[in-house]
Amino acid sequence: MQALVIVGHGSHLNPGSSRPTFSHADTIRETGVFDEVREAFWKEEPSFREVLRTLESDEVYVVPLFISEGYFTEQVIPRELRLEGWDVSAWESGDGVSADHATLKASDVEKTIHYCGPAGTHDSMSDVIVRRAESVTGDSEVGDGFGLAIVGHGTERNENSAKAIEYHTDRIRESGRFDEVRALFMDEEPEVDDVTDFFSTTDIVVVPLFIADGFHTQEDIPEDMGLTEDYRRGYDVPAEVDGHRIWYSGAVGTESLMADVLLERAAEAGADVRGLSDGDASRGVADD
Amino acid sequence: MNAPQLDALVASASQGVEFDGLSVAADSEEYRVEIPGERLETDEAGLRAFAEENPWYVSNWYYWTRTVGSEGARYAFLRWIEDAGRPVGERYEALSTGVSRTWGQLRVSATIGEDGKRRYALGHVDDAESASLDTYSDPLAARELVKLDDRGRYRPLSTAPTLPTGWEYPNLDGEDLVRTVDFIYPATVENWHREREGELDVTHFREAAERQSGIYEIVSQLSVEELEAAAETCCVDSQCLKRRQWDEDEETDLDVPRGDGEFPCREPCSLFVTAARKFVTLGREEMRSYEFELTPTEKEQIEEIIDAVAEGRTDEIREADLNEGANRYRARYLRARRMPDGELSGTSTYPED
Repeated sequence: MQALVIVGHGSHLNPGSSRPTFSHADTIRETGVFDEVREAFWKEEPSFREVLRTLESDEVYVVPLFISEGYFTEQVIPRELRLEGWDVSAWESGDGVSADHATLKASDVEKTIHYCGPAGTHDSMSDVIVRRAESVTGDSEVGDGFGLAIVGHGTERNENSAKAIEYHTDRIRESGRFDEVRALFMDEEPEVDDVTDFFSTTDIVVVPLFIADGFHTQEDIPEDMGLTEDYRRGYDVPAEVDGHRIWYSGAVGTESLMADVLLERAAEAGADVRGLSDGDASRGVADD
Repeated sequence: MNAPQLDALVASASQGVEFDGLSVAADSEEYRVEIPGERLETDEAGLRAFAEENPWYVSNWYYWTRTVGSEGARYAFLRWIEDAGRPVGERYEALSTGVSRTWGQLRVSATIGEDGKRRYALGHVDDAESASLDTYSDPLAARELVKLDDRGRYRPLSTAPTLPTGWEYPNLDGEDLVRTVDFIYPATVENWHREREGELDVTHFREAAERQSGIYEIVSQLSVEELEAAAETCCVDSQCLKRRQWDEDEETDLDVPRGDGEFPCREPCSLFVTAARKFVTLGREEMRSYEFELTPTEKEQIEEIIDAVAEGRTDEIREADLNEGANRYRARYLRARRMPDGELSGTSTYPED
């Protein structure tokens, strides 16, 4: 038997924080590829400490639903899962965006744990960002005449947080699909507050590279960009700001295509996903 | 009992069957079958006839060994629900009208279905007599169902005694029952089972604190007095239904009651660690003296307000009950009279500033 565990941050304060994790878990459950699929959280239950014991499978694939390689994915999660002999070098990610997977034992269960890199730094995350741009504009061909801003938290404590943003920004820019692609941040330069300064295109799609919608994506960023004076009054999509049209998408992590990124992580770590048709979980479910 | 169950029993006889008082063995064409008070040596036809007369034993054996699978936490939990230490006959009679157990604020009921298959119902203990409940069948729905309490507030701690009412799972099989319970009270069945097996891996506070990093690294600074107060704050039955099995360390028990819950708490949870971090920062402040002008009743009123908030009792205080110190009008009046600039008795918190 094989299990997939999706580990997320969760929250003591915000009931919506766990919803993307639940939703992607359900998408993957529907594929029937794994005998068990379970969610686990840092701030909710089951905790990282106790999730493995709730599983019957011998082979467990753990995929962090986190944006970057750093404190949580490199220290907290492996420690709390009690992965024996974990060392971040096992991921072979020198640049902070190339983590793959490591196979280890956990000290409280008789199971093999395949610990995967976070969803956020997987190559296919670029596709999710583009998909987000398509869904917010309602245009599956969106790109021509459009700018794309990918927004990260940005923090001095974890430089990898910015690396994940830059990585996908570069990849999407190289694809040539959008006229301009920029990485912007909440609390470091270049700042999302000045989004219109960075684009010459009239239309700008803004996609925050966050897992769940919450305080930052629903309150801070819309207000910082001037989409609204007060987040409680909502904002238009697109919204007019300084002669630009801002298409603000909300957290990328809620996009259903995220389930594919989680599946790809597990598949690359050796999970048997042969039961999957076309390798596209979210599309299959969306058709239902 | 149905035909496949009986065929399975006959086929298993050669390896020997020993289960809940039913014993079957085979030696070439000779069968020996035994239940409490009866023993028979016979041929296959005789074994089948005996089984037809004692169908409960067969369906019981089949359910536990084939449908559930006779090991692990799920098996132990489902056996506990029907108090499986009892003789099969007594159990089947009890199951025919239904047996119930309480698991936190959950009420789990078992009845006997077709061919000995158990059916389980799950709901809130307070809804046992309630007629108008929303019914569910998908275990996954339980995650959203228990996210908010009856007052619509988010429940960050799954085992807080604030499980919402008004719903039920009327008909689950054993596997889905355990999954649903695991979504409502995650990992409780597994940890309860480990405890019964003598294998619960308790992590005491000092060890758990040692492990913390980042902003939680400071929780190891909590003194034992503060730890006692923190456990009394967070871990008693009125706040969490887990039974606390961790202490300060292996040698040093805490005086706070562990609680009467069915399932154990094996280490300080994330909510406790978050609270402990706050308590450490609170403990860093130096004591200082203030002078307040209050009437004796006002002093008592402040104590009543603290008590009402700490016990979560503010909602119970009636709008016009002016005799309650924590009544809203009384609190507003106290504020109007004694907190002229928002500070108690006009006394500055930092007079030197």
